[in-house]
Amino acid sequence: MELLINMVLLTLLAVITVGIIRVRNLFGVVVLAGAYSFLMASVMIVLDAVDVAMTEASVGAGISTVLALGALHLTKTEEAPPRYSAMIPLFVAVGTGAMLIYGTWGLPAFGLADTPMNTGVGLDYLNRNYGETNIPNVVTSVLASYRGFDTLGETTVIFTAGIGVLLLLKRFQREG
Amino acid sequence: MRLDTILRVISKLFIPFIFIFALYVQLHGDYGPGGGFQAGVILAAGVILYAIIYGLNAAKRAVPIRLVEFLIPLGVLIYGAVGVWGLLVGDNYLEYNNLSHGNQPHGQERGVFWVEIGVLVTVASTMIAIFYAFAGRGRE
Repeated sequence: MELLINMVLLTLLAVITVGIIRVRNLFGVVVLAGAYSFLMASVMIVLDAVDVAMTEASVGAGISTVLALGALHLTKTEEAPPRYSAMIPLFVAVGTGAMLIYGTWGLPAFGLADTPMNTGVGLDYLNRNYGETNIPNVVTSVLASYRGFDTLGETTVIFTAGIGVLLLLKRFQREG
Repeated sequence: MRLDTILRVISKLFIPFIFIFALYVQLHGDYGPGGGFQAGVILAAGVILYAIIYGLNAAKRAVPIRLVEFLIPLGVLIYGAVGVWGLLVGDNYLEYNNLSHGNQPHGQERGVFWVEIGVLVTVASTMIAIFYAFAGRGRE
């Protein structure tokens, strides 16, 4: 059953990718990209990564779509015809894809219990977490407590990104 | 937008539920999936939906841009203050073990709660601020 769901989702992802490449209307591309993010979130749920799925659905499908539509509002909706040949980008994309697939050959099988990430520090967190923090969701306790410094850094990154975007965009705004 | 009666009515019905869901994701993050980051984005999505349906000016009246710009650094400061709080009760920076008079799991829960509030405040206000900046540029 899980295999079937995965195959359907991944096939739809491939179809949408082809659609994004073929469609020249940018509005259509933005909508397709939102659908892509939702499918990706569904894949994450099948993989039991619900926290990631939630982030993907809200940021990828929600906020990015709105921001892309906001950017579309300022430009034309038809994609301009390409000025250069697509050969070099195609070569880079195929090369990167081939290298990534080659890299997956070295990965352990999905969900295997005796891999380094499931026996080392990950298992340690799972064993110690509830007694030390009383928080059942290990993702939350690792993010906010064990790796609190990392999350402070992430929050600072968001803060910096927000300030940067505001500095860039606010200058051109009308007063009021 | 006079013709969008259905959109207006439905979104008016939906927005409170979006906010409540954001609070649920925030406060239930200890037990289920979610946390400050996801809740912040959902909260911002509610405000952005309001801005899309009712116009940017209505949204700016409800959530003023000055408030949003005040909240962006406030979240990081809350986060950092939890670390200083740990220092004051004799722990390391960002260590929560002593935050509740030496009751370690309780202190951890306290620390995580406030840290997540900080993340929520910064993420939500940053998203709203970026949306305002994008949407406010207008067509030239």
